[in-house]
Amino acid sequence: MRSLVLDSSVSLPAPKRAVRTRRPLRSKRALRSLVVGALSLAGWLLLWQAASIWELDLFFRFENIPAPTEVARAAAELLVDPKLGSHVFSSLERIFIGYCIAAALAIGVGLAIGRFRLASEALLPPLEVLRPIPAVAWIPLAILLFASAEQSMVFITFIGAFFPILLNTVHGVEGIDPRLVNASLTLGAGPLDVFREVIVPGALPSIVTGLSIGMGTSWFSLVTAEMISGQFGIGYYTWEAYTLQKYPNIVLGMVGIGILGMGSSSLIKWCGRRCMPWFKPEANAR
Amino acid sequence: MSELAVAAAPEPRLGAIALCAVGIAFGEGSAAVEAVRGIDFRVEAGEFVSILGPSGCGKSSVIGAIAGFTPVTAGQVLVDDQPIRSPGPDRGVVFQQHTLFPWKNVLENVEFGLKMRGVSRPERRRTASEILEQVGLGDFLRHYPGQLSGGMQQRVSLARVLVNRPRVLLMDEPFCSLDAQTRLEMQQLLLQLWHELHMTVVFVSHDVDEVLYLSDRVLVSSHRPGRIRTSLTVDLPRPRGSDVLTSPEFVRLKREAMEVLGVARGN
Repeated sequence: MRSLVLDSSVSLPAPKRAVRTRRPLRSKRALRSLVVGALSLAGWLLLWQAASIWELDLFFRFENIPAPTEVARAAAELLVDPKLGSHVFSSLERIFIGYCIAAALAIGVGLAIGRFRLASEALLPPLEVLRPIPAVAWIPLAILLFASAEQSMVFITFIGAFFPILLNTVHGVEGIDPRLVNASLTLGAGPLDVFREVIVPGALPSIVTGLSIGMGTSWFSLVTAEMISGQFGIGYYTWEAYTLQKYPNIVLGMVGIGILGMGSSSLIKWCGRRCMPWFKPEANAR
Repeated sequence: MSELAVAAAPEPRLGAIALCAVGIAFGEGSAAVEAVRGIDFRVEAGEFVSILGPSGCGKSSVIGAIAGFTPVTAGQVLVDDQPIRSPGPDRGVVFQQHTLFPWKNVLENVEFGLKMRGVSRPERRRTASEILEQVGLGDFLRHYPGQLSGGMQQRVSLARVLVNRPRVLLMDEPFCSLDAQTRLEMQQLLLQLWHELHMTVVFVSHDVDEVLYLSDRVLVSSHRPGRIRTSLTVDLPRPRGSDVLTSPEFVRLKREAMEVLGVARGN
C-alpha cells in the first residue's frame, strides 16, 4: 500500500472550534424568563381572584366562576381522592395506545406518499377528504364502529393525532434536497439505502414537529370523547363536575388536561432533540 | 525523482473518459433548454482535465452526465469503454455547495461509501479516520457538517468521495465559494491527493487561473448551448508552486484562454 501522508506544506493549523454559547449568560437569561413568566402567571391569578370575589359582571359573568382559592381547596381534596389515579391513568392509557398507532401508521404512510408517486396519487385524495373532519364529528361513527366505548375513545385519539403527523411527514420528505439523494447515489447507495440513510433522517425534523402537534390534538380529541362516554378519565371528570355543579372541579379538570397535554408534548420535543443532536433550528434561521 | 517510482507501479490505469457527440437538454417542447450540444472529448486515465467556461454554459450538466444522474439526450458517455447509465461509487462528485448529510457527523459522512459496500464497522472507522487525517480533519471526527467552515466542509466532501477510491473524481466549481487563502490550500491539497491516488480528475470552473494552475489540459467552452471551443495543453512542470502563476508560459496560456472566451482585457 502506498503511503498517503501529506507533506507539511499542505497541513493546516487546526481550524477554530465551533463557537459555544457561554453558559453563565444562558442561565441568566433562563432565570430572567422564569421570573417574568412566574410574575405574569401570579398577576393573572390575582386578577381572577379579584374578579370572582367581587362577582364582576363585565360581559364575562364571574358570579358562578370559582376563585383560585376554591380551586386550590378542591385540588387538595382531589389529591387524596383514590379515584384520581384511575382518572389520570385511563386518559394516559388511551392517549398512549391511540397515539402510538397513529404515529406508526402516519409516519409509514407519509413516507410512502412523499416518496412514491403511486402512493401519493392513490392515498392522498381520500385522506384529503377525511382530514377536515374534526375528531368530535367521528364520535357517533366511532361508537357504531367499535364494540366497546374504550375502543371508540382510543379511535378518537388516533384520529386526532393521525393527520398532523401524516402531513408533516409528507412535507418533510418533499422538502429533502435532491442533491443529497444524488450524492448518496454517487457514493454507491441503492434504493433501500437512500430511503434509510437519506429520506428518513432528512424528514425527521418535520416528523418530530408533526409528532409534537399530534400529541396536542390527540389530547383535545380524547377529552371530547371522554365527555360523551366513559367512567374514568380526565375529560369525564371535568364533564361530571359540570353536571354535578362542582364548579371548582371543572377548572381543576381543565388545568389537569393542560398540564398533562403540555407534559406529553414536551416529552416528545425532548425525545426529538435527543434523536437529532445535529438539528439546530436557531442556527439555520441565522 | 520520487514520483517516477510511483508511476512505475504495475497497476493498469483506470478512469479513461470519452464523450461522443453528447447533447443534453432539459424540459420538453417549446420550454426545452439546450445545455450542451455536440460535446466530444477524451480524458486519459489519470489525467487532470478542466472545463473552463462562463457561468451557465452547461459545464455542470457534463459533470452530471459523467456522474450518471443527468441523462444525455444525444450521444454517449463512456468510462473505460463502458456506457454510463446510472451513478456509481467509481465516479465521485464534489459540488460547489457541499452535499454532506447534515444528520451524520464528519466520520459517519466519510464512512458512508464503505457502509454501502458492507465494510465492517471497525474497518470503515479506521479507513475513514485515516483519510480524514490526510485532509487535515483528524480532530473533527465528531463534528456535524453545520459546525464546520466552508473549507472544512469541502475537505470532508473530498474525503467522503476518496474513501471509495474512485477511478474518476468529478468536481463542479468546488472551491468557488471559498476565500482566496482557503482556496489555495484546497487546490494544493487536491493536487497532492491526485498525485497520490492516481485518479482521473475532471474539474469545472470559470476561473482561468485556477484551471491553468491545476490541469494537464483545459477545455474551453462557449456560451449556452455549451460546446468545446478549444483544448489547451498546460505544459507547466509539476509539482507546481505559486511561482508558476507568474511564469511567461502561464501568462501566455492565460491570454490564449481568455481570447477564446472572448474576454478582451488589456489586449
